Amino acid sequence: MFDAFLAVMVRDLVLAMRRKTDVFSTLFFFVIVVSLFPLGIGPEMNTLRLIAPGVVWVAALLASMLALERLFAADYDDGTLEQMLLAPQPLFILVLGKVAAHWLATGLPLVLMAPLLGLQYDLSADALRILLYSLLLGTPALSLIGAIGAALTIGLRGGGVLVSLLVLPLCIPILIFGAGAVEANVSGLGEQGHIFMLGALLVLSLLLAPLATAAALRVSAE
Amino acid sequence: MLEVVKLECVRGDRRLISGLSFSLRQGELMHLHGHNGSGKTTLMRTICGLIQQSGGEILWNGESSRKLGEEFTRELTYIGHKNGIKDDLNGIENLQLSCRLAGMPIVRKTAWEVLERMGLRGHEDLPVRVLSQGQKRRVTLARLLLSKAPLWILDEPFTALDMAAVEFLQSIISLHVEQGGMVILTTHQEVRLTRGQVRQLRLGWKEEGDV
Repeated sequence: MFDAFLAVMVRDLVLAMRRKTDVFSTLFFFVIVVSLFPLGIGPEMNTLRLIAPGVVWVAALLASMLALERLFAADYDDGTLEQMLLAPQPLFILVLGKVAAHWLATGLPLVLMAPLLGLQYDLSADALRILLYSLLLGTPALSLIGAIGAALTIGLRGGGVLVSLLVLPLCIPILIFGAGAVEANVSGLGEQGHIFMLGALLVLSLLLAPLATAAALRVSAE
Repeated sequence: MLEVVKLECVRGDRRLISGLSFSLRQGELMHLHGHNGSGKTTLMRTICGLIQQSGGEILWNGESSRKLGEEFTRELTYIGHKNGIKDDLNGIENLQLSCRLAGMPIVRKTAWEVLERMGLRGHEDLPVRVLSQGQKRRVTLARLLLSKAPLWILDEPFTALDMAAVEFLQSIISLHVEQGGMVILTTHQEVRLTRGQVRQLRLGWKEEGDV
């Protein structure tokens, strides 16, 4: 069972490495969106500090939506999804392997880049650390929840927009607590509560999202 | 033994298959006939469990295949229209991966040998994307050489293959049937295999001139 998880994860990472455009387009989208705000708003430090958590988190949310569309669609098109559905392995384990690879390829680079981008907003070292933690907890949950939407829309034309419409409302709690953690830290309220909530959301989506995704795949692959 | 009891399949608002019953014993090969759109692929995918039937039952050794779940899919090798291989991986990686997912990992050396037997010598470590249609099909079918599953469901396995490969594939299928395996197969090509002692099932057979 664990072997199947590893097999799928390693496969998807190898594929991501051989087709780097997907990985880099997500990362560059994130970098550019976050960098545009200071340019547009002007060098007013107080305003920038205020909007920083929200901007970084919204950009992270949109960037992770960008890569979701192809998560299952590519496997559906070449028939490997069929073979996964028929593999004598629990489907949610295979789903978990795919989501893990997806996060490692598109989510993790974004998390690591965030503190660097945060510097443009004059965030303190402490706030940057909290930004990193909150993204580290939040982006895997975004990938997990997004996978449900991606599974529901395989084989549909214009699936990309539909995924965002389906998934973005579900991501609102993660956005609120993620950006909230950094804001709480900046304002001196203490970020612990928010971080714990993010952790809880991650655990919850880790438990439920793969099952929901597996069920969605069985329906939409018919 | 595979038993299909009063199976009913509905696609969209068309009833493709209704009241279909048959059974397939060890060492039997069944050839599905039917004109385009008569439901051959639907029937095969339903037996695999990729499509939910709207009525009737599929029994594997007397138990419902839906309830058996992974116990059933372990006994099954399905090769459909889509090849089920990754274009950016090479033949070796594709074969190793599908075997690993089937729960019986193989070493690189075995994968090399099998692909060589499939007539892909010199192409084993090229990305599948640069291979021809027929060569891609060969990579897909290499799975059969390693499959230990008793039930093979093959949807048009001979498409895109050249004469030599068709001949080789037939010998693999015959050997599997002789060893007590079960095969369900569709093909529009005239092959030696379907002329011998095989079960024939005709789907949606219409009167002459009614097509």
